[in-house]
Amino acid sequence: MLIGAAGIFGLVMVLVGLAFRRKDTIDGDGQQVRLWIIGFGLVFPALVLGALLLYGLTIGERLSPRAGANVVQVTAEARRWEWRFTYSDAPALETTGVLHIPAGLPVDIAITTADVIHSFWVPRLAGKLDAIPGHTNTLRLEADRPGTFQGVSAEFSGAGYDAFAFRVIAHDKAAWAAFLQGQLE
Amino acid sequence: MKALERHRKLTAIWASEEGFKGWFSTVNHNDLGRMFLFTAFIFFIIGGLLAMLIRVQLATPHSAFAGPEIYNQIFTMHGTVMMFLFAIPTFEGLAIYLLPKMLGSRDLAFPRLTAYGFWCYAFGGSMLIVAMLFGIAPDGGWFMYPPLTSAIHSPGINTDFWLIGITFVEISAIAAAVEITVSVLKYRAPGMSLDKMPIFAWYALITALMILTGFPPLILGSVLLELERAFGLPFFQADLGGDSLLWQHLFWLFGHPEVYIIFLPAAGVISTVLPVMCRTTLLGYGWIVSAAVALAFLSFGLWVHHMFTTGIPHMGLAFFSAASTLVAVPTGLQIFAWIGTMWKGRPEMHLPMLHILGFFFTFVIGGLTGVMVAVVPFDWQAHDTAFITAHLHYVLFGGFVFPIFAGIYYWLPHFTGQKRFFYLGQLAFALVFIGFHVTFLAMHWVGLLGQRRRISSYAPEDGWTAINLISSVGSFILAIGIALILIDVLLHIFTAHRGRRNPWNAPSLEWAMITPAPAYTFASLPHITRRDPLHAEPDLAVRLARGEGYLGTPRNNWRETLCVDIASGKPEMHVIYPTNTRLPIVMSAVTGLFFLSLLLKFYWTVPLALAGVAFLAWRWVWRLGHGHDPEMQPCGHGISLPNAATVERSPGWWGSAFLLTANATFFAALLFGFVFLWTVAPGWPPPEWFAPSVTELGTGVIGALVAPLALGHAIRVNRQGGAPFPSVIIALLGIVALGLACGALMWRAPAPTDHAYGATLLVLGGYGVFHATVAALMGGFLAAQIRQGYTSATRRAAFAIVRLWITYTSLTGLFILLAAHLPGLIP
Ligand code: HEM
Ligand SMILES: [Cu+2]
Repeated sequence: MLIGAAGIFGLVMVLVGLAFRRKDTIDGDGQQVRLWIIGFGLVFPALVLGALLLYGLTIGERLSPRAGANVVQVTAEARRWEWRFTYSDAPALETTGVLHIPAGLPVDIAITTADVIHSFWVPRLAGKLDAIPGHTNTLRLEADRPGTFQGVSAEFSGAGYDAFAFRVIAHDKAAWAAFLQGQLE
Repeated sequence: MKALERHRKLTAIWASEEGFKGWFSTVNHNDLGRMFLFTAFIFFIIGGLLAMLIRVQLATPHSAFAGPEIYNQIFTMHGTVMMFLFAIPTFEGLAIYLLPKMLGSRDLAFPRLTAYGFWCYAFGGSMLIVAMLFGIAPDGGWFMYPPLTSAIHSPGINTDFWLIGITFVEISAIAAAVEITVSVLKYRAPGMSLDKMPIFAWYALITALMILTGFPPLILGSVLLELERAFGLPFFQADLGGDSLLWQHLFWLFGHPEVYIIFLPAAGVISTVLPVMCRTTLLGYGWIVSAAVALAFLSFGLWVHHMFTTGIPHMGLAFFSAASTLVAVPTGLQIFAWIGTMWKGRPEMHLPMLHILGFFFTFVIGGLTGVMVAVVPFDWQAHDTAFITAHLHYVLFGGFVFPIFAGIYYWLPHFTGQKRFFYLGQLAFALVFIGFHVTFLAMHWVGLLGQRRRISSYAPEDGWTAINLISSVGSFILAIGIALILIDVLLHIFTAHRGRRNPWNAPSLEWAMITPAPAYTFASLPHITRRDPLHAEPDLAVRLARGEGYLGTPRNNWRETLCVDIASGKPEMHVIYPTNTRLPIVMSAVTGLFFLSLLLKFYWTVPLALAGVAFLAWRWVWRLGHGHDPEMQPCGHGISLPNAATVERSPGWWGSAFLLTANATFFAALLFGFVFLWTVAPGWPPPEWFAPSVTELGTGVIGALVAPLALGHAIRVNRQGGAPFPSVIIALLGIVALGLACGALMWRAPAPTDHAYGATLLVLGGYGVFHATVAALMGGFLAAQIRQGYTSATRRAAFAIVRLWITYTSLTGLFILLAAHLPGLIP
C-alpha cells in the first residue's frame, strides 16, 4: 500500500513539475478536458480505489471473528485506569492489568467498560476495538507463539491516560492449564 | 457628474463612522471582512502558540513541562481554536470581503447580520480564551466524547465553556452561511447568470450550504450534552436509556463535512489564483463545479469512518469504507483539473504560486494517507495514533493553510493597494515548507511505531525520543516561517508603495475598482456578459468609475444595490440597505448574556436575555418597514425595478428559507437521535411510557392545520386590497393551540431525568414551544405592521416571510406531536 501511494505521489509531482517546461503550442480545451479530467480525474482514481477497496474488504473479512469450536472466551472490562480480565474457563479467576491467553488458539475478547470510553489495543496481535458503556464488542485474536505482548488503551480517557497500559501473556499448553487451575504466579 | 465627485458622494453615504468607534457600528462588508480575517489570524497565532507548547512537551520523554491536566487543555484548545476559531472564520472573512466585489454588487444581502455574526464570533471566541487564561479550559479533546465529558467524569466548568462557547460561535457560522448563500444567489451584477459566476462564488455557495446542513447536528449534540450536564437529562448515559455513541454520530455528522467545509474554500482560492498565475483560464469549469457539488454530497455519507473502531457491524464498515474511498474521486478530479490548467498555461513563480505548489505537495500526501486509513484493517491499527494526527495536518495545513497563504499574497494588493517588494516571502515559504514536513513526517513515523495521540509523556524505552525531537525542531522552523510571513505582511501594510490597479492582470471583477477598496465597492454596477469581465473589457474599471453602469447616480442618501434572478442574472429588484447601527453589537452582547447566564448557572437572567433578544429582533425588522408604497426606481440603462418590500420573494424570504434549512437539519438530527436511542441504545424500553391524549393531539393538529391556511387566506385577501388582519389573528390562535399542545407534552413527559425517553420528549416539546413562540411573535409583528399601515397590497413581502415560518412551525409541530402520541395510540 505504501509503495502504491508513493508511486501515485511521484506521478502527481512529476506532472506538476512538467507543467513548468516551455511550451510552444497548446491544445484546445476540449482535448485537455478529455485527458486531464476524464482520464486522470475519473478513470485513474476509480481503478486504483476499486482495487484498494477489494483488498481492504477481503482482509477485513479474514480478521473478523467467526464462530469456531475451540474459541477461548474472556472478558476485558476497562475502568479508569485499569483493565480487569475474567475467563469463562475459570469463572473464579480475575486478573488486573495482565491478560492471560493460550498460544495457538483463537481467543474472543468481550470488551466492556465501567466508566468512560476506552479502546483495547495490542498492536502485535490485532487492531483496536473500543469499550463503550452499555455495549459489548468482541475482538478475535490469536497469538501464534507463547510470549508477552504490550497492550495499551487507545482512547483518550483523561488525566491517567498516558500510563494506561496492560500486558498480554500467551502461554503454552501446560502453563495455560496451570493458569486455569490458579497455580500460576 | 465627474468620477471624483461621484466617489466623494458615495463615500459619504457608505462610510462607517470615523476612528475606532466605527468598528462597533459598521455594517459594511469591507470592514467586517477585514475584522473577521484579522480576528481569525489572531486565533491562528494563539492556536500556533499552543501547538508549540505541545511540541515542547513531547520533545523529550518524561517531560516535566506540563502535567496531564494542563496538557489536556492545551491540545484540546489547540484543536478547538484551529478548527472553530481560525479555519471556519477565515473562510467567512474572505468570502464576506470578496464576494460582493467578485459578484459585482455593493454589499452582502444582510449587512447587519454580518455584523451580528462577527460579534458573536468575537465574544464566543473570547470566552474560550478567557477560560484558558484562568486554567479552566476544556480538556476532553476537540471531539469531546461523553461520558468522559459528562458531569460525573468532568464535573468542572471546563466542558461547559466548550459546549456553550462553541455554540455561541456557531451562530456566526450559521449567520454567515445564510448571508453568503443569499448573496451569491441574488446579489450579483446584472447579466451574471450562474454559469458566468466566478468559480470562487461557486465554492463559497457550496461551502455555505454545507455549513447550513453540517453544523446543526453539532449544535444539537452540544445542546443535549449541556442539558445532560446541567439538568441531568441522560441522553448519553447508557444505564438510563442514553448512549454515548449518539454523540459520536452527531459529532461526526458534523465533523466529517467540516473537513470539506475547510477544504472547499481553499480549493476556491486555488481555482481562482492558479489560472491567473498561469496566464490562462481554468480547465473544466463545469467539471470542477460538479466535482465540488459531488464532494459536498458524498461528505455527508462518510462520518462513520471516524467510528471504525467502535464495533460497527461488518456490512456497515464495508459501506462506509467504500464511500470514504469514493470521495477521493472528485478530490482527485479537481487536482488533475488544476494540473491540466498548469499544462495549458505558462506558470510563473510568484509567491502565491509557491504556496500553491506547497499545497500540491502536501495535500496529495494527506489525501493518500487518508485513503489508506479509509481501508478498515489499516485504520484498526492507525486509529488514535500520531499517524492520524499527522494525516489530519497534511490535509488541513496542506489543504487550507497553504492555499490561504497563497490567497493572502494574491489579494494583499487589494487590501492595501500597495505592491510587495521584499524577498522575505520566499524565505518564509521555504521555512514553512521544510518545517512542516519535518514536523509531520516524523509524526507519521512515530505513529506507525505505536505512539498514541493525546499522550502527555512517554518513556525513553519506547524508542520514540529522537523522532519526537526531530518533529519538535521542525515545528520551530515552521513557527519561524509563519512569523516571517506575518512580518512580511505587516511590512507590506506599513511601507507605502503604490502599485498599479490589477497587478496580476486578473480577469475577475474584484480588481475593477480602486484599491484599497472604497466602502461602496463599485461606483456603478457592471453588466456582465462573460466569465472574465476584465479581460473582455480592460477599461471596465474606469467606465464604472465614470458611472456608466447601473445605479451610477448617488441619491437620497441611499445605500443601493440590485438583486437578480437566480439562474439568468436578470435584474429583478432594487434594494436599499440599512446604514451604520450599533444594533448588531448590542444584540450579540445580549445573546452573549444568555450564554453566559447558562454557563454560570444564573438562570434568572436567562429569560431576561431571551426577552432582550426578542425585543431587539423586533426593532431590527421594524426599522425595515415603509409607511407608503415605494415606487419603481430607475436603475440606469433604461430599466426600472420594484423595491424589495413589494415582491413575493424578498431577500428576507430567501434568508428565512435558508435559515429554516439549517433549522430543519437540526430537527432531523433530533428525530434521528430519538430513533437511534429507541433502537440501538441499551436500557430500553423505558420504565414508563408517555400517556397519549386525544384532546392534546387534536388541539395541536387542528392548530397546526389552521395556522398556515389562515395565513394563506390573509395573503389572498391582502393581495385583493382587503383587510387581512382577522385572518392573521386566526393564524396566531392556531399557533397558540399548537404551542399549548407542545407545552402539555413537556409538562407530562415521563420523568426526564430518569430515562432518555422522557428527556427526548421534553426536548421535542421544547422545540415545538420555542418555535410556536417565535412564530407567534412574527404573527404579532405582522398584525402590528398591518395596524400601523406598514403593509398594503403592494408592500406584501412580510406576509410571505411569516407564512414560511408559520408553515415550518406547523410541520415540525405535527411531527413532534405524532412522534409523542401515536406510538401509545396504536394498539
Ligand atoms: C501551526 C502548525 C501546527 C502544529 C505544529 C500542530 C501540531 C499539533 C500536534 C503536535 C498535535 C497533536 C497532539 C496530540 O494529540 O498528541 C495537534 C493536534 C491537532 N491539531 Fe495541530 N498543529 C498545527 C496546525 C494546525 C492547524 C492549522 C489545524 C487546523 C486547521 C490543526 C488542527 C489540529 C487538531 C484538530 C488536532 C487534534 C486535537 C485533539 O486531539 O483534540 N493544527 N497539532
Ligand atoms: Cu472524515
